[in-house]
Amino acid sequence: MTEQNEFPESGRVQTRVLGTPPADAPIVDTDPVHAPEGVPGVIPQDPVKARKAERLVALLFLVTFLAGAGFIASYVIFQVGTIDRTATSNLALGGTLALALLSLAAGLTVWVRRIMPKYNLVQERHEMRSDDDTREYVQETFLQGADESGFVKHRLLRRTLLLAAAPLGLAPLVLLKDLGPLPGTSLRHTVWGEPTKDGKPRRLVVEGSGQPIRAADFNSPGGILSVVPEGYEEDLNALAKATLILLKFRPEELKSGTNLNWTHDGIVAYSKICTHVGCPAALYEQTTHHILCPCHQSTFDAADGAKVVFGPAARPLPQLPIGIDEEGYLVAKSDFDVPVGPSFWERGDAEAEVREKAS
Amino acid sequence: MNAPPKAITGVSTFVDDRIGAGNFLKRNLRKIFPDHWSFLLGEIALYSFIILLLTGTFLTFWFKPGMAETTYTGNYAPLYGVKMSEAYASALHISFDIRGGLLMRQIHHWAALLFVAGMTVHMLRVFFTGAYRKPRELNWIIGILLLSLALLEGLTGYSLPDDLLSGAGLRITEGVMLAIPIVGTYLQFFLFGGEYPGHDVISRFYSIHILLIPGILLALVTAHMILMWVQKHTQMPGKGRTEKNVVGAPFYPAFMIKAGAFFLFTFGVIALLGTFAQINPIWLFGPYTPADISAGSQPDWYMGFLEGALRLMPAWEINFLGHTVTFSVLIPALVPLGIVMTGLALYPFLEQWVTGDRREHHVADRPRNNPHRTAIGISGMTFYGILWLLGANDEISANFHISLYTTTWFGRVAIFVGPAIAYWITYRMCIGLQRKDAEVLSHGVESGVIKRMPNGQYIEIHTPPAEDIAEHIRGKKEIPVLESAEDGEGIPPKSARSALGRLRAKLSEAYGTDHVPLTDGHHEEGHEGEHAGVGAGDRKELH
Repeated sequence: MTEQNEFPESGRVQTRVLGTPPADAPIVDTDPVHAPEGVPGVIPQDPVKARKAERLVALLFLVTFLAGAGFIASYVIFQVGTIDRTATSNLALGGTLALALLSLAAGLTVWVRRIMPKYNLVQERHEMRSDDDTREYVQETFLQGADESGFVKHRLLRRTLLLAAAPLGLAPLVLLKDLGPLPGTSLRHTVWGEPTKDGKPRRLVVEGSGQPIRAADFNSPGGILSVVPEGYEEDLNALAKATLILLKFRPEELKSGTNLNWTHDGIVAYSKICTHVGCPAALYEQTTHHILCPCHQSTFDAADGAKVVFGPAARPLPQLPIGIDEEGYLVAKSDFDVPVGPSFWERGDAEAEVREKAS
Repeated sequence: MNAPPKAITGVSTFVDDRIGAGNFLKRNLRKIFPDHWSFLLGEIALYSFIILLLTGTFLTFWFKPGMAETTYTGNYAPLYGVKMSEAYASALHISFDIRGGLLMRQIHHWAALLFVAGMTVHMLRVFFTGAYRKPRELNWIIGILLLSLALLEGLTGYSLPDDLLSGAGLRITEGVMLAIPIVGTYLQFFLFGGEYPGHDVISRFYSIHILLIPGILLALVTAHMILMWVQKHTQMPGKGRTEKNVVGAPFYPAFMIKAGAFFLFTFGVIALLGTFAQINPIWLFGPYTPADISAGSQPDWYMGFLEGALRLMPAWEINFLGHTVTFSVLIPALVPLGIVMTGLALYPFLEQWVTGDRREHHVADRPRNNPHRTAIGISGMTFYGILWLLGANDEISANFHISLYTTTWFGRVAIFVGPAIAYWITYRMCIGLQRKDAEVLSHGVESGVIKRMPNGQYIEIHTPPAEDIAEHIRGKKEIPVLESAEDGEGIPPKSARSALGRLRAKLSEAYGTDHVPLTDGHHEEGHEGEHAGVGAGDRKELH
């Protein structure tokens, strides 16, 4: 099966800078110093060089041993807990582990390359296909088996078997039905539309601190706040749709795209969830009034109804109708009139529906 | 040779009596493996995968894949008392309270990056050398499956720690799922257990990440190896290497030890990276909340091209019979991946269709010797590369002071123009390199030795190339072309008469025609005398 022929030169192609004269001798010194009898293609190493290499390999293995021992010692010596201690432990463990692995690898490589003989063996390939007789035999056997089983003859059995299998094939998918609730219309609403327990409209509170916002206190034009619904400050599910950007404008800065009925004293609230794929659009450039989503650079003009001025988002950030309660705090007057966040199949042309309703 | 020691004969007899392993070993122990540096690329991927399995198992001992809210009371002071998910808290616990935990986390992450990188570069090697050709098409397809699954595995793993950065990736995943027509919302609700982010997605990703995909990966990797073993490795052209043989070193002991050492090298380098190159410092990002994000959020490198595609795409959304179809998400999320993966999977069969070549191939091509294939490959790499680069356009913009929108516009143009330019340049380069080869064969190489002629003229001596180089060049194979579309009487065969048949004939002609035969050495008249070949006497002067 394995035929081995001799190839005196290295079969490996050496890189060589063009322009230098080729040596007459082969590039790899394959001079069989002590050619073994009867093993063609296996070229032994120079024993003097091999002895030198042996010492190097032994040294590398010794380093592996010491590094390995050092790894175990580091585990005992260096405790973790603080950032500094973790860093030291990481350095000691990782450093010794890497040293152990690399010196062992280097040792083995030197062993193979400088002590073990070089090889230039040849093995025959054989075509992958089976011979014709075998193919014929397999085909015949297969047909014979099909015949014996009656799968071909009994049409009724064959068809009802396929029929029987179909629902079972779907079973794994059916089993997954309990994974999640059905979407229903939940993507269309946010918690801004729900009144609080005592029936009052929901206040806007500052993200992080949970402070309600008195309209009179938010009086610096160009100001921006990240805002969440009162009572849902920690609810990630609610925040994923209901987070707002609150902006303060001078009245003359607001353009026609913004619904002025939904602002209060130049304060405008937009959904913070980008209409592209839902990242929070968190960057704001005061001078241009541009809101930028850092994920994919969709840019919205906050002064003009947050319409898209650049990037892959196809729809403006929905505006939330806001007003103040009797204590002067900002509240949501109702839910968004269109679904917030990324587009989905059932969304339809929600903006057009709103326009139709209004007219 | 001495008689083998009893300990070995005893065990081997015991095993062989029961499973007859001797027959298998007789055939395989001295299996020949050819040598070329590029054959190591796949091994890097394989060894990274093994490291992933090892470190991943370590991490599962402490990781808690839950989204239940907990208050962090661990050792990392800056986050003490902060509310977060169990997943994030346990990832911090692994990082700061488990000895070696941080190291294993970082090695795991680095190995994941290297796993995909190794697979990608290995795949490019196989592509450019034509090693996917018959009989290896099946293994090529398994490779594409492996790569696709690895991307999915990376995405699920990246999301598990539930930090601010991984959450941003998850949010984008959600947006992409929602954009899928008809079933998108249902898919999203079923995967996340309700509205985003829900409470189930981390634990579901965990099952997928540590059980389902690794299981399939392991099975496919095994199949990949078995096929490689059975079909034997390809080899680069060279002296004594034919389609019917394999030239190289035997599996036992040389290749085995080399491979073992290379595993240790790979592990060692990844351990170095894990030690010295900090990666994914989740404690700096903080727990995930859908309301926050940091500028410069980037996915791991292998997802960069999808991120770039999302960034490049202009806004485009239509209303279709009362339903929203958002092409600005659908196209970038599905089309580039579809083009790359489908194109790769189909390529061996398309090439076969165009060339009509149904022979077995075991000697690899040098990329220059199949200029159209190489140009197609580089063109594809350019397509991928531009998307990948644009996945970091905010970083490019910030670091090189280029306007952000300019980078996007550059990408929108370059994604169409770039691959075409790359195709043309690559094709020309291949032809140029082939000419150089032909010249080296017929004309020799410049020796750097100046000779003075009797008439006082100085010439540079050219010497014939070294034998191994010459053999390597002579390994060039003609690319087959479909049999002439016309028979002797000018009537094309039936199959070539349809529009498709004519297209196929034209493609075949363009793909296969050899513009630079090896005999084409540009021997102008008198050129020989100008440089003077090397005579027997000149040789001596050289040494």
